[in-house]
Amino acid sequence: MIANFGYFALIITFITALYGVGVAAYGATQHKPAYVESARRAMLLTWPLITLAALALITLLINGHYEIRYVASVTSSTMPTYLKVTALWGGQEGSLVFWAWLMSAFASAASLRKWQRDREMLPWIVVVTMITLAFFLSLVIFFENPFARLWLTTDGQQVGAMLQPAGARALFPADGQGLNPLLRHPGMVIHPPMLYLGFVSFVIPYAFAMAALITKRSDDRWIRITRRWTLVAWLFLSLGLILGGRWAYDVLGWGGYWGWDPVEIAAFMPWLTGTAFLHSVMVQEKKGMLKHWNMILIILTYALVIFGTFLTRSGVLSSVHAFAQSAIGPLFFLFIGVTSITSLLLLGRRWSILKSENQLGSMFSREALFLLNNLLFMGILAVCFWGVIFPLISELVTGAKVTVGPPFYERATSPLWLGLLLLMGVAPLSAYASSTIKTIGRAVWKPALVSLIVPIALVVGGYTNIGAILGYWLAAFVAVVTLYEFWRGSIARSRRHAESLPLAFWRLAGRNRRRYGGYVIHLGVVLMAIGIIGIEVFQTETQATLARGEQLTLGRYVMTYDALSQFDTPDGRNVARAVVSIYRDGKLVDELYPRKDFYYASQQPMTIPGVRSTLEDDFYVLLVGWEPIAQQGATFKVYHNPLVNFVWFGGFVFILGTLVAAWPDQDPETARIRKRRQTSLARA
Amino acid sequence: MTNLSTTPKAGRAKFLVGGLLIVAAVVYLIASSTQASAQYYLTIDELKARGDEVSDRDIKISGAVDGETISYDAQSLTLKFTIANVPADLDEIEEEGGLAEVLHNAVMDPTASRLNVVYEGPMPDLLRDEAQAIVTGRLDSDGVFHAYELLLKCPTRYEEEIPLQSEQG
Repeated sequence: MIANFGYFALIITFITALYGVGVAAYGATQHKPAYVESARRAMLLTWPLITLAALALITLLINGHYEIRYVASVTSSTMPTYLKVTALWGGQEGSLVFWAWLMSAFASAASLRKWQRDREMLPWIVVVTMITLAFFLSLVIFFENPFARLWLTTDGQQVGAMLQPAGARALFPADGQGLNPLLRHPGMVIHPPMLYLGFVSFVIPYAFAMAALITKRSDDRWIRITRRWTLVAWLFLSLGLILGGRWAYDVLGWGGYWGWDPVEIAAFMPWLTGTAFLHSVMVQEKKGMLKHWNMILIILTYALVIFGTFLTRSGVLSSVHAFAQSAIGPLFFLFIGVTSITSLLLLGRRWSILKSENQLGSMFSREALFLLNNLLFMGILAVCFWGVIFPLISELVTGAKVTVGPPFYERATSPLWLGLLLLMGVAPLSAYASSTIKTIGRAVWKPALVSLIVPIALVVGGYTNIGAILGYWLAAFVAVVTLYEFWRGSIARSRRHAESLPLAFWRLAGRNRRRYGGYVIHLGVVLMAIGIIGIEVFQTETQATLARGEQLTLGRYVMTYDALSQFDTPDGRNVARAVVSIYRDGKLVDELYPRKDFYYASQQPMTIPGVRSTLEDDFYVLLVGWEPIAQQGATFKVYHNPLVNFVWFGGFVFILGTLVAAWPDQDPETARIRKRRQTSLARA
Repeated sequence: MTNLSTTPKAGRAKFLVGGLLIVAAVVYLIASSTQASAQYYLTIDELKARGDEVSDRDIKISGAVDGETISYDAQSLTLKFTIANVPADLDEIEEEGGLAEVLHNAVMDPTASRLNVVYEGPMPDLLRDEAQAIVTGRLDSDGVFHAYELLLKCPTRYEEEIPLQSEQG
């Protein structure tokens, strides 16, 4: 009943979206504003409609309607309610509904802006967003139906379908198989929605870009309108990636946070193009250049967002091999192909009106450095893309399947990352158009010299890894330049306006949020780089089987194995929990409880590390195995992860900076009116 | 303080050269890193067919874990198990009824070629009968595969995974 209602709501939403597409296109081409208005209302209607479908699915999940295939596959009676709700995005069908729900909400929100100046773009926003929405809805309606119920056919097969197959009997399972235990983590509760929010909000700038092309606008209006959308999209995408890393560190039990898995790369690629886009739009706003390039970047980002949704929707456990078996794989590729080709053809037709208003002059001007930044990001994208498709290519060419793993990505991208760090230090010191090697050199040598303290200290301290020393030098260089920029700006402002230094600093950042928010992001990147280099280069590990009371040593740490207990929990787990004491330089500093949970329902064990976490390092202990009967010996794997907390702390600063940059300014028109009112008041 | 003595054309050439240099650097990075870290990804049948040709380089092998052969020595952290050949071709897998079915058939089939794997390290959570194992390492002269990396995947089958079903008319 509820399922039928939900499914029906999906169908109505689908029809409404298609109606919006048709009527908006008709109204725009025939210049009939009434049709456009009707299309806009149809778009606004999709959100409440699809909300009904989502609520129906959530109701089914919470109340344990295990006769629905999706409910049976992602929930079980022992799961707490909040996990049952989040099971909405725990599997493929539900996450497609969730995606569509967000898409509809964002499209509606985008259409509620004031349209006086850009009315002609509106119908095309409706067309682009509603085509995207209709695509996702068609997937859930025709192929991956979350409301399908379970049937037992005459030949003993369990199938999911809305309508009763001939001769089949309805199945009423008493319980579901439950959400994959790996996904029962608070990080997993928020990580997918963050990524999805990022993905979905990138559709909005893409829609505006397409609308600008269709309506033959050559200005940067679409960029200015969607500037905040882009930043918000980027914020969520970054947050999703950072949370995903944290989740992997806490749950997956291999002492790392990023494994260059195809699924991770799929979420990472739109972030790369999005980051390049955020930088290069500034050149278009300031200098009227790179117009074609920005169009290409946003088209690419949109394609990668769809591709990323496709690869990531079912979380870490889906493999490159698993998705190919799903019927929706070819459809995704078809959709990506059709939208990309259409967008590029459209761009081709408008190529001549998007002429640059300026020429690149100096190699060291701000715009040239932005371009270089874009090239490096595209280089990293090329590495990622090559890594993902290389097995397919080699199989086609040589007949043998050849793959590349993390060493490939690390080797190929680290020089590019170092190049980006260098740029991050140099670019803020450059000026638009006029910088030359001389002016840049004059600005750069002092901070470069000051930051030289760091590599010298490292060499004196006995470190020999060239890559790490270079990386830390560059990180220090960026930090010096960025902090100096804050200092210089604040001092200048405090002199000019006779303000105290803290107030000057506050107002400076407040008046130019994108710039100073960007600098805060750069500082976040510096902190993350410190952590990433720390764990990549200096991580150590050991493993041992210990009898009770025995100890192992790793660097300055000693760990003793004290006790082990094993018990069942009410939510269907068997837990083996070890107690270990951690000594640092001979002093007891902590007691940790690494454990292993065994989920009876899914027959799956899960290893949860015990971690002692400080700013300096993490001591990360995994309980690998134990003797169940005698409970005498237990096996541990231990990691020492130096500086890893800088990754999370840097991530926090990074997000903070993005918030500063994305914080709503006053609408320029209201600001002007307010200013006028104030001056007239002052006069009176 | 502008330095626009160069003509637009010369300027463009300068940027073209610079851009090409960067593109060349990226291509070089990709090519050399591929060269250095690419690994053959083979099925057990392909491995046996190639023989010594691949004995001195890192390779990746995919196969179905035979649960009865899993043995683990917790003292030395040595894990031993046998994997059975599964086809790599997606169409072939599809024809046999999906990955779970293929893995099941491989373990059940006594004629499927098999490979003994030795891995030193913790016993992975997902290692169980009919899981897909992807092992990375080298083949020694006795035909035993020494893996330094072990990845496991457990495809799900709805038919088996929903427990305690009751039926009503």
